[in-house]
Amino acid sequence: MNDYFDFEKSIAEMEKMIEKLKSISPDQNHYNDEIAELEKKCALQKQELYGNLTAWQTVQIARHPKRPVLLDYISLVFSDFVELHGDRSFGDDQALIGGFATIGKRRVMLIGHNKGKNVDENIKRNFGQAKPEGYRKALRLMRLAEKYNLPVLCFIDTQGAYPGIEGEERGQPEAIATNLTEMARLEVPIIALITGEGGSGGALAIGVGDSVLMMSHSVYSVISPEGCASILWRDASFSPQAAEALKPTAQSLLALKVIDEIIPEPLGGAHRNYEQTSQEIKRVLLKHLKRLSAFSTSKLLKLRFEKYSAMGLFSD
Amino acid sequence: MPWFIKSKTSEEKRKPVKDDIWVKCGSCNAHVFKEDWFNSLSVCPKCGFHGRLTAYERIGQILDIDTFKEMFGRISPSDPLSFVWTRGSYKDIVKQTQDKTGLNESVVCGIGKIHDIPVSIAVMDFRFFGGSLGSATGEKILLAANYAYEHKIPYIIFSASGGARMQEGTLSLMQMAKTCAGIARLREKKIPYVSVLTDPTTGGVIASYAMVGDVNIAEPGALIGFAGRRVIEQTIRQKLPDNFQTSEYFLEHGFIDLIVERKKLKDTLKNVLQYYNR
Ligand SMILES: [Zn+2]
Repeated sequence: MNDYFDFEKSIAEMEKMIEKLKSISPDQNHYNDEIAELEKKCALQKQELYGNLTAWQTVQIARHPKRPVLLDYISLVFSDFVELHGDRSFGDDQALIGGFATIGKRRVMLIGHNKGKNVDENIKRNFGQAKPEGYRKALRLMRLAEKYNLPVLCFIDTQGAYPGIEGEERGQPEAIATNLTEMARLEVPIIALITGEGGSGGALAIGVGDSVLMMSHSVYSVISPEGCASILWRDASFSPQAAEALKPTAQSLLALKVIDEIIPEPLGGAHRNYEQTSQEIKRVLLKHLKRLSAFSTSKLLKLRFEKYSAMGLFSD
Repeated sequence: MPWFIKSKTSEEKRKPVKDDIWVKCGSCNAHVFKEDWFNSLSVCPKCGFHGRLTAYERIGQILDIDTFKEMFGRISPSDPLSFVWTRGSYKDIVKQTQDKTGLNESVVCGIGKIHDIPVSIAVMDFRFFGGSLGSATGEKILLAANYAYEHKIPYIIFSASGGARMQEGTLSLMQMAKTCAGIARLREKKIPYVSVLTDPTTGGVIASYAMVGDVNIAEPGALIGFAGRRVIEQTIRQKLPDNFQTSEYFLEHGFIDLIVERKKLKDTLKNVLQYYNR
């Protein structure tokens, strides 16, 4: 059974009705026509709804508690995963994990935030909010990838870097800034995929890719709608307005040339069909791996520098 | 209590109040004659509080007389998201801010000399949208880095910023990567990059170019930190000590090299740059 949002109420009701009719006549004679009709109607309404989501609705889907997390993708998209722990300096951050992985026939370094799906997991994973040691582990693995000549794949899903005393004490800003600087010149291809929430510097700290991709119902933003609303509107209840204004959706960011491609999700969101979502991710990642593997290192770095030099819109 | 540990931390209280004759210190509330205030480089003669400077005041204090040549001055914000909030449209407020400050953006860039050493310099100005990092800011900081790269001269950035500019959304976030890409390239030609952190340096700016200097220098008592104080207090559900997120806190935790008083800043920059042995 899926969790539904308020804006999905009519779809939820239809799906419930279909289930009910099916259960009344399991041999499927009596209500076949009604079921078919309802399913058709439901599919149409889904297309209508999910094709025209507001930014705020997209934020909610991106944060859906049942949305697949990195550990799901590790088993559905990759094989032979070898998790590598620790930053070699302070500790091992479970909010940001990584290791060797194989996708299709290609060997890569896989790094990503991992949110939990229940209270226990979320405590262990700190809701996917990494501390400095998480970002430093990520950099260590990227350096290792450079040594082993492996492309780096970064799966991004975080509200943001952990905002607490330990973060400040141990240099959250230094860890993020160093990653941005090192990733700019890392001598292997980097592909960044925003799978759920791309929250500010904590997302970008593993997001400087040669290809930057977004799931169709993910968001990528400089600040959360709640944070923006409480600063600019001085009231967090204006989050839906702030979400619209920030234009954090994949469609907007493709138009603004922040990202290169959108990976389509199953109707209603990735949480409705893990298998289909994973197949799409695999297909698109392999395409980009193939594209980037054709470049020499110097060409790759030149293109990366040009890509980030061109970020932004201003008048001159 | 040491003078640099301020009892007041709200942004408003830190601002010196100026009128025609005197300046009220943002820390000890002393009334200082305007002339004395400027003669002491906007540092309170009574308590040593370092007041904020405009970008051009800073340039005047750091560079040798008549050596500054401004560059990239025409680059200014557009309104890529057509952003509107309670105060109005971003476009209109940019215009008002430009009229009020005489600045096109939150950073002034150019070349000049520090005790005869040629440098490429970028100086942020907090008056322009809280010194926030927008697309035009990022472009100018990158171009100034590229100038240093092409001419093989040291690059110095003075930061004064609340962080990334919300009104340009994710494009502002991308400026963190863009500016760091420029800084990263300097390493290939072994070009010095010195970051000077002034009050305040927070959010997306401290988490990008401000933190990756070969040498990081801060002015005393500056607010330096990543997450907002209120956000942290909400996360950990307790009050934070007053000296949290200051230059002194950052020095103590190993993230900056030096805290330098304003009157010694120019000489210190020269001392650092003279060790560049290439
Ligand atoms: Zn004073």
